[in-house]
Amino acid sequence: MHRPSPWLWVAAIAAYAFLYVPLVIVVVYSFNDSRLNAEWVGFMLDWYRKLFANEEMLRAAGNSLLIGLVASAVSTVLGTMAGVAMSRYRLRLLPVLVLTPIAIPEILMGVSLLIFFVLLNLTLGLVSVALAHIAFCIGFVAIVVRARLAGMDESLTEAARDCGATPWQTFRYVTLPLIMPGVIAGALMAFTLSIDDFVITFFTAGAGTVTLPLQIYSMIKIAVTPEVNAVSTLLMLLTLLLIIVASRLSPNLFRSD
Amino acid sequence: MTSSRTAGSRGKWLVSGPPLLYLIIFFAIPTLIMLAASFRTPGEFGGLAPLVDETGKLDVNLESYARFFTEPVYFEVFLKSVVYALVTTFCCLLLAYPLATLIARSAQRYRDLLLLLVILPFWSNFLIRVYAWMIILGPNAALAKGVNGVLGLVGIAPVPLLFSSFAVLVCLVYVHLPFMVLPLYANLEKHDQALLDAAQDLGANAWQRFWRITFPLSLPGVYAGAALVFIPALGIFAIPDILGGPNDTLIGNLIKQQFLETRDWPFGSVLSIVLTLAALALAGIAAWVAKRHADAGGTIDA
Repeated sequence: MHRPSPWLWVAAIAAYAFLYVPLVIVVVYSFNDSRLNAEWVGFMLDWYRKLFANEEMLRAAGNSLLIGLVASAVSTVLGTMAGVAMSRYRLRLLPVLVLTPIAIPEILMGVSLLIFFVLLNLTLGLVSVALAHIAFCIGFVAIVVRARLAGMDESLTEAARDCGATPWQTFRYVTLPLIMPGVIAGALMAFTLSIDDFVITFFTAGAGTVTLPLQIYSMIKIAVTPEVNAVSTLLMLLTLLLIIVASRLSPNLFRSD
Repeated sequence: MTSSRTAGSRGKWLVSGPPLLYLIIFFAIPTLIMLAASFRTPGEFGGLAPLVDETGKLDVNLESYARFFTEPVYFEVFLKSVVYALVTTFCCLLLAYPLATLIARSAQRYRDLLLLLVILPFWSNFLIRVYAWMIILGPNAALAKGVNGVLGLVGIAPVPLLFSSFAVLVCLVYVHLPFMVLPLYANLEKHDQALLDAAQDLGANAWQRFWRITFPLSLPGVYAGAALVFIPALGIFAIPDILGGPNDTLIGNLIKQQFLETRDWPFGSVLSIVLTLAALALAGIAAWVAKRHADAGGTIDA
């Protein structure tokens, strides 16, 4: 066994520090008694108070939540169907359409949907954003569900068939309960992706609709303010919670093997 | 038998039909429309000119393509984007390699945790991760003061860290690092330690063991990680938009400009198609090289 050399530890710790120090700084300065995000002055919660008094911010949070719920609900149903179809049948087109949106730069989907919605005369807003989010979330749900199905015993569904269950009964009473943790993990993942999405939302939201990431974007384009740190901290906390729940439900979610 | 087969085929369409339909409508068709838009003339007030004008002439042309290839400024932006994405990929590789090696060699029970720690920042909001660098590189922050203090000692004028190519590159590396670590780890984890033991017994030093054994064997992971970093990095627009200076316009920024500011859809579509082709070409090359590598049975003796 080759033990990792001390240099490896130094390099790896530096890489972890590189990953975490920026996020820690954002969180720490959200409690800082100073307008400048430059040095520590003292502890206070004023930036959070300001945040909850900021109507624009609250409306943006409401929009994000609404879009996230709708997009994750619809994409979970469609993504589960896609995941089941991809593991059960030999399909050509579906896997390509499911996986390409994940693989290409996000901006491409953003601008092509912008053209599409404008040509359809669909007013850009909550509806167009939700439709766009569903489109890119389907793939993520499908991958998680397919991974769950890959570890499943085929003989269970065969047994159900032999006992006279219809395909629907087999799915409803055998397959679905077995893949449920994967489905829920996929739903949480879709919700997180929707809440966090900036690029595709940026192109499909139009002028009047603001989500949390769009609100953060317009704030940091103007100035660096600890209010952004406060909303970022809350958003990170929410994501962290969702990810912990998702990984508990689907232990293989974050394993590369 | 026939009835069960038709039932099977009906089931296939019932299950795959709805997601297929959704993705055709909201992904395939918009992409094809964008492709079609690249051959059109921009409308007077944004969007597209009428498909058939008053004289009955069909609006199909290659002018936007001609513009991309004849006005050097656009090709320069494209090349600059490729260079930024390449530098990002290389820096990610340098940072990810020791990290992935360490995780692959640590005890089984710590691996999932160490891996989760790599992925976790990726799940925090993208803009927050960009914003964090606005704070760190800001003119009043300790880093800028320290760097400029040192520069001042050797008589060099202070340099701004924020709103510079440096800021753009650091943040590009930062947001894409997990994409490099994961495939590298997946590869390194499978390596047979006996090969290294054998090499050591034959007198190979640590560097030789790495360069002649570990690294060549890890190339499939390197290619996969490079594709996963390079492709999204090529299309990024928010990072140069927020952290970059006036010279950090990349192809993503040009695309954004064409759609939201100039409202020249055809030219914006041409730029998007160039980006797509570049991304696809690179993914293709990575897959081809990885396959050739696999066919060669690994090149330990290379």
